[in-house]
Amino acid sequence: MQTITNDNWLLTVGTFLPLVGVLLMMFIPASEEKTHKQIGILTSAVTAAVGVYTLLRFDFGQSENLQFFVDSEWITVIKSNYTIGLDGISLPLYFLSMVVTLLVMIYTWDNMPDAGNPKSFIILMLVLQVGMAGSFIAQDLILFFVFFEVVLLPMYFMIGVWGGDDRQYASLKFFLYTMFGSALMLVAFLALFFQTGAESFSFAHLMEAGALIDRDVQIWIFAGMFVGFAVKVPMFPFHTWLPDAHTQAPTQGSVILAAILLKLGTYGFVRIAIPMLPQGAKAWAPVIGILAVIGIIYGALGCLAQTDMKRLIAFSSVAHMGFVMLGISTLTDFGINAALFGMVAHGLITGMLFFVAGSVKHRYHTLEISRLSGMLIQMPRLGWILGFASMASLGLPGLAGFWGEFPAILSAYNPNFGLSEVLFRTLMVIAAIGTVFAAAYLLWLYQRTAFGRPNPEFDQHAHPVGAGVDDEHHEADIHDVTKIEWIAWTPFLIAIVVFGVYPQLMFGVMDPAVSLLIERVGAGIP
Amino acid sequence: MIASLLAQAWTAPTIDWHAIAPELVLVAGINLVLLIDLWLDESKKWAMATLTGFVMLGAVIPVVTLAVLGGDVRDAIFDGRYVVDEYALILKALFLLVGYVVVLLSQNELEEGGYYQGEFYVLLLVSVLGMVMMASSRDLLSVFVALELLSIPAYMMAAWRKRDVKSNEAGVKYYLLGVFASGVLLYGMSFLYGTTGSTKLTEIGAALSGDLTGMQVLAVVFVVAGFAFKISAVPFHTWAPDTYEGAPTPVTAFLSVASKSAGFVALLTVLYLGLYGADEVYGPFIWVMAALTMTVGNMVALRQTNIVRMLAYSSVSQGGFILMPLAVMGSGVAESSLKAVVIYLLIYAFSNLGAFAVIIAVARKTRSGEISSFGGLISYAPGLGVLMTIFMASLAGIPPLGIWIAKLQAFKALIDAGSTSAYVLALIAAVNTVIAAGYYMRVLRQIWMSPVPDGDTSPITPPAPIWLALGITAGGTVVLGILPGLVLRFADLPDLTGALGL
Repeated sequence: MQTITNDNWLLTVGTFLPLVGVLLMMFIPASEEKTHKQIGILTSAVTAAVGVYTLLRFDFGQSENLQFFVDSEWITVIKSNYTIGLDGISLPLYFLSMVVTLLVMIYTWDNMPDAGNPKSFIILMLVLQVGMAGSFIAQDLILFFVFFEVVLLPMYFMIGVWGGDDRQYASLKFFLYTMFGSALMLVAFLALFFQTGAESFSFAHLMEAGALIDRDVQIWIFAGMFVGFAVKVPMFPFHTWLPDAHTQAPTQGSVILAAILLKLGTYGFVRIAIPMLPQGAKAWAPVIGILAVIGIIYGALGCLAQTDMKRLIAFSSVAHMGFVMLGISTLTDFGINAALFGMVAHGLITGMLFFVAGSVKHRYHTLEISRLSGMLIQMPRLGWILGFASMASLGLPGLAGFWGEFPAILSAYNPNFGLSEVLFRTLMVIAAIGTVFAAAYLLWLYQRTAFGRPNPEFDQHAHPVGAGVDDEHHEADIHDVTKIEWIAWTPFLIAIVVFGVYPQLMFGVMDPAVSLLIERVGAGIP
Repeated sequence: MIASLLAQAWTAPTIDWHAIAPELVLVAGINLVLLIDLWLDESKKWAMATLTGFVMLGAVIPVVTLAVLGGDVRDAIFDGRYVVDEYALILKALFLLVGYVVVLLSQNELEEGGYYQGEFYVLLLVSVLGMVMMASSRDLLSVFVALELLSIPAYMMAAWRKRDVKSNEAGVKYYLLGVFASGVLLYGMSFLYGTTGSTKLTEIGAALSGDLTGMQVLAVVFVVAGFAFKISAVPFHTWAPDTYEGAPTPVTAFLSVASKSAGFVALLTVLYLGLYGADEVYGPFIWVMAALTMTVGNMVALRQTNIVRMLAYSSVSQGGFILMPLAVMGSGVAESSLKAVVIYLLIYAFSNLGAFAVIIAVARKTRSGEISSFGGLISYAPGLGVLMTIFMASLAGIPPLGIWIAKLQAFKALIDAGSTSAYVLALIAAVNTVIAAGYYMRVLRQIWMSPVPDGDTSPITPPAPIWLALGITAGGTVVLGILPGLVLRFADLPDLTGALGL
């Protein structure tokens, strides 16, 4: 692998720029809420602009190589360096994190969660952005670990302070699960470091040296990383924090969680666990595949049983991440490409669904599916957007979701490196059935909430606003999509269509990097 | 008779005055504080704190010049039984800095409580002197003398709130158990001396190779157990929570950071220089103790409702993490274990002192030690709330805040050892990290998510010395977390092994 060091200030600036906004906001009193929102939008807009410039400067002809590469000393004593770089695998996610933060920031302008205090809220989001972007550019295990952990606290506070009624339980659960995963992951990282001769934590070195470790040792180290990343993904049976966290989190938190944070886990598998421990990966692949498929079916069944719209979307995340993990477990070029595509697509689509759920909650003050109906009559535009996102989520061809799921299922037909075809073909069939379930729960959700007559409970004409009715639900202000919402959502909608119609746009960037990765893995498996 | 003695040719031993300058500054300072206190009018007693602070900082100056000019190890003084090397210097700097922060924390508490200020600072200085000596001690006797010098004033400081029953209980408990531990330690040391014929650690180390006799095994066990009291390792920890809760909070901060670190330094020096041949004895012993310490400390901490008690148990549990690398010291990773412990002590000092500083600041308003009294802190004292968040997150080991790098080093030493038992201990520690996060997060939950308990949202205005203490500790926690190279460099082992005289 070659490294290209042109413009290598770009990634550092792009990653740490949000901290400038944080610093600025610290000196402005919390009462100036509008100023804080403006600074938040401005900072994330400038960060996203740096991201766009990064896209422009990225040499798409050599997306398999690390670009904007920096390797400077950091903690020399433990042989960890500040090594960063961007290739075709990380570019889409890196950019996605910037865009999502910007759009969420714009959404916050009008939709501050009830607990108030935009100063802290926006500061936390900016810190979160640093951790997310940093995780995707890190090319050193310790550096990756630090960024990976940086996201923990801001998310904990976002859920715990600005979340729903059960927020304290949900936030602590999220925190402890992730902490447990990362503690084991850290032990695995260190074991890998010493097994490769304790020379360096850099990805490039570990990818070369890791393949030479004994198979048994690789399996053990992989187990540690597996727990760390699987909690984050989350894979069955480590998924139980997710529905709680998603349901309780404020809209902004849910969107960021779905769009980016979950991807840190799958990204970790693709970037770290599999290429560094090829034989461990091969040994674990069937387990990952089976758990992934269980996740698909379990998530779908979970969805069918939900009565809360947000919780349903959360369970659908478990199912979708199952497809991603199935693609990864095949260890094929095809499967991993699909998985990476699925990560971005799921980020866009589920992010969009959570936005819609947030807006529904904002208007009706409830997400109880049985109480919602006739959205298409009351708020036709919002209803259509929900329909669009549901279609994308169930994998309708022509929208982005399809290209994440379909190739992932297909890749299981022919798993790489002599993995059991019988097993993976069985998994393929079950996963295919999972897509039917997906169609079922999403269409059913759509039917129940958008079709039919509006619930009289929310009929404003029947109960004029403020006519001596003290129930807050009756004072709900039912209105269609606002201007701010349009601004925040349109990029998502466009991206879902564009990537759905022309997936090569992303596959073209990722494929060279993925091929190289598979080649490396293949070289490490005797 | 006297004449004949004088007639003998007596040459004074050459003394490297520069090397012992930090101790001399402290000794001079102790006398100065004592004398000035006698003549100072009651209304001007506040000056004692300032003076003590200057003495601490004054003693740092020779430490710095030694570090800058020193170059080579100064072990010629006292026949190599008192050594000034980088290891000693960094720890001396730590103890002096901790002493300084404790002065800052005590200042207002003592002034407002009408306690005996002059005497308190004298005792504090004496205790710090003991610690500074401990860092250089390389002989059983000087280790023991330093240990007593640092402990005896601490017994009195623990009972400083004379009319408070709890404070008296704290002092008495600490005193009785401390004296008992000293007895055990001394008993073990006497066995060591008896079987090896020397009190110099390096000579003991040379003599303790090969098969150990039964008496030597006993000696090692007694010595380690004696120190285990000082570092409040389970099952020798029972004094810690009561003492920590009863003592005035600044003293608790001092005990849980400085006194504990000094205990670790003593244990470390003795194991590394004197008992390395006995790793088959102390290895499993410390392994069990480390696992128990972190687990029991955590379990009990989870159930505490008083923040000082919680921090007391949390510091017991942190002690388990610090002990962890020592358990595998014999498996060829002595250097990285030693480094891990030193780094942990350095960084832990900042975060834990910081947490106590916030507690002191908040308790000035709420007059309560309950965790629930922190409810809604972020809404009326955002500065303190954020600082406490930093300290708690650091103690929980979340990067990029201080203690993560210390935990990383501890794990690293274990995994470097590579044995099955080391891996098992690493896993126990990993699980404990999560449990610990549970109670640190509970404090944060109060600060960020709970309503203000009595609805009193008047802001807190901590006095200047506490702000200064908060600034030092928070700065240290954040900077060392992001750029750990700053202190890791000091513990760079090639220098250190040479320095310790191996």
